[in-house]
Amino acid sequence: MTVAFYIAGAIALISTLLVVTRRNTIHALLYLVVSLFAVAVVFYTLGAPFVAALEVIVYAGAIIVLFLFTVMLLNIGRADEAEERGRLRATVWIGPGLLAVVLLAELAWAISTGTTAQVGARVVSPREVGVALYGPYAIGVELASTLLLAALIGARHLGQRQRELAPGEQRAATDGAGLAVTEGEAAVSAARVSVTAPAGVEPAGAEPAAGASEGLGTTKGAPGATEAPPAGREPRGARFWRKDER
Amino acid sequence: MAHVPFEYGLYLAAALFLIGLVGVLVRRNLIFVLASIEIMLNAAGLGFVVAGSRWGQPDGQVMFIFILSMAAAEVAVGLALALLYRRAFGSLDIDEASRMRG
Repeated sequence: MTVAFYIAGAIALISTLLVVTRRNTIHALLYLVVSLFAVAVVFYTLGAPFVAALEVIVYAGAIIVLFLFTVMLLNIGRADEAEERGRLRATVWIGPGLLAVVLLAELAWAISTGTTAQVGARVVSPREVGVALYGPYAIGVELASTLLLAALIGARHLGQRQRELAPGEQRAATDGAGLAVTEGEAAVSAARVSVTAPAGVEPAGAEPAAGASEGLGTTKGAPGATEAPPAGREPRGARFWRKDER
Repeated sequence: MAHVPFEYGLYLAAALFLIGLVGVLVRRNLIFVLASIEIMLNAAGLGFVVAGSRWGQPDGQVMFIFILSMAAAEVAVGLALALLYRRAFGSLDIDEASRMRG
């Protein structure tokens, strides 16, 4: 078991270095999986089997899969790899590398001057972890659940396709147009009813129909406004705030 | 179970954290920056677990679970932003977004 700690630690270090230095995104993510597995083995040898299982299930199983799905959605290909090759010159590594070495030396000094002790002498069972988690740390569990809910809502909000806005158009106009469309549908059904209704009766849907056509007019006007960019040089990120154009 | 000196676990955590830090500083691809942040969070969790194991207490593992949930939340939002970023700038280079809109 002691040997397993050293082997897994070495694998974790090597594969993490490879993650940071690879150009191909998929290769880097697969090395990241290897690194996380190695850290899971380290956890197991340190007497923390529950956390080792969580590392495999949540990190390697969920988070890396999320990364891989994103890479697939982004359609990262050979062009991106070539771009990375242009960015990652050897000189780029000098500054951060020196900084990291200095920090590592300081940390090593701080750790080595502390008291020495053996680690992993006792296995902390999942039962103990659960008792601690739902005993003194219950408020932390609630905070974590709130955080996850916020992340869920945030990711859903960012991920939804938004209707594009013209530069001057207010956000309220979007909601108005959306409302007008539903009103228009209601007006269509109302008009269909009013055709069969006897003459002389005021069609109930007349006014909402006018509002709907107005709303549709602004909806149609928006793409035209974005297609003609301003005469001046447009910053490259300007489209970001105007939502997607596809 | 293993009998390794307490310091070695902390050395490993420190080295992993600094590799992640170098990744954040060097890489300009948004996906790699997010992966490096994951490495750093994982290393911090490793430090907690080593410290908890030093005393034979479950508190370190509890902290790791909190870090894990935070990492999951962070990566979900971060990757959604990466999708929006690619759509807006046509690349994942974080230097494209180095200026504010005004």
